[in-house]
Amino acid sequence: MKKVLIANRGEIARRIIRTCQAQGVATVAIYSDADKDMPFVREADEAVHIGPPPVPHSYLNVEAILAAAKSCQADAIHPGYGLLSENEAFARRVTEEGIVFIGPTPEVIGQMGDKLTARRIMQKAGVPVVPGGDTPLDNADEAANMAASIGYPVMLKASAGGGGIGMQICQSEEELRQAFQSARGRAKAYFGNDAMYVEKYVDRPHHIEVQIAGDQTGHVIHLLERECSIQRRHQKVLEESPSPFLDEATRNALCDAAVLAGKAVGYTGVGTVEFIVDSQMNFYFLEMNTRLQVEHPVTEEMIGLDLVAMQLEIAQGQPLSISQEDVRAKRHAIELRVYAEDPVSFLPSPGTISLYQAPVMEHVRIDDGVETGTKVTPFYDPMIAKVIASGATRDEAILRAREAMQQFLITGIKTNIPFLQEVLEDDRFIAGEYTTWFIQERKPKSTI
Amino acid sequence: MTQVAANMAGTVFKVLVQPGDSIAAGQDLIVLESMKMEVPIAAESAGKVVEVKVNVGDFVNDGDIVVVLDN
Repeated sequence: MKKVLIANRGEIARRIIRTCQAQGVATVAIYSDADKDMPFVREADEAVHIGPPPVPHSYLNVEAILAAAKSCQADAIHPGYGLLSENEAFARRVTEEGIVFIGPTPEVIGQMGDKLTARRIMQKAGVPVVPGGDTPLDNADEAANMAASIGYPVMLKASAGGGGIGMQICQSEEELRQAFQSARGRAKAYFGNDAMYVEKYVDRPHHIEVQIAGDQTGHVIHLLERECSIQRRHQKVLEESPSPFLDEATRNALCDAAVLAGKAVGYTGVGTVEFIVDSQMNFYFLEMNTRLQVEHPVTEEMIGLDLVAMQLEIAQGQPLSISQEDVRAKRHAIELRVYAEDPVSFLPSPGTISLYQAPVMEHVRIDDGVETGTKVTPFYDPMIAKVIASGATRDEAILRAREAMQQFLITGIKTNIPFLQEVLEDDRFIAGEYTTWFIQERKPKSTI
Repeated sequence: MTQVAANMAGTVFKVLVQPGDSIAAGQDLIVLESMKMEVPIAAESAGKVVEVKVNVGDFVNDGDIVVVLDN
């Protein structure tokens, strides 16, 4: 592998460039009109303009991206996260063009992208799934029958959904019947697929995920877990590892289940198996993310590994360079996501950054995509930077994170930094006792 | 007259009312789209739409007047 095209933007494009440079691999950035002055465009060895700002015309434009890869003679494409990273058709097109897709096979992406198929595969492999139905529900009567057999409250979900999109809590049969048609219509509109199913609703759960890695010889290992329960609008805000909630026995069982999940699909590359965990530490498979995760630096700083380097090695057919026995938590790591948004209402706040000064501290890593003068446009995700603080203990990591957030200076746009600082001072967070309800229970009025 | 302002910067995704429409308090007037999120702007009080100052696709800043109502 000599040249990698990065089919992404912002902080993740930059982060991938860093590892490629360290490995002596050349990089090609693609960019829309809105991103021409962004740091990742400048830092790549080559940059190809791909189209106007809206993503269908730029970062989701498969044929334009393939043409760019061919014109630069890139021998691999790294999709990053979001955008085309979990698009089965894209992965297939890349492979058909004789270019290496840095990720699992198109078949695995397709299987895990369809939540009902994923459920069935995991159940068969012996991975616990949330009690619920395994076939698409055609109408409200079928949904009501299924819900009656598992008991209310239930979660009505779209099979093609994910990341919190296309799901609805139903407390009663009446609510389920009311929700069914509109939820189905939305699923059709958003995902082009209206297959719906119901699952038991797990109250006040933890969202804990396990990083896995698999090579082309069928070897799959886990790289421990990440606690991701602090979320707003089902989007993560802070992640940490190890989880302060899990006991050792549950941690082992959870990580073993993730390896089982990876082996069940013959997973190649790095991936994440997401679980929900109830207050009794029962855990259930939620979904599998067949790509690099936004919060992957938490694992890197905790274990001392470079996951992008692992991706490049696996994509080139090399066996995993570490064994399961080598994997252990060396530090405690916390990641805070800095969003261009109002810290109270969480509404987006695009604009021009008049001053950008990230903290420079030992054991504080900054993965960012912007600088002073960057125009944060409304076209893309509001996340502009990630702060990853680590320490020998969780308390040390929290203290370091607080100092880093205090030193982080961004003017010209609103950011959620004040909110992140409040989380770091929150008693329940400090005690490590929090669920996905943390933000709602904290300030009922400010959540959307 | 009441001026209804955008509560965030973004692109006008939908215009749900036109001049002359009678609207109720809490009714959505405009839907803005920014950073992969759709945010409706609602009327705080009932009234009649006098003027819609934006079109679909327009870019507005936080605080820009989007609709004028007569209460």
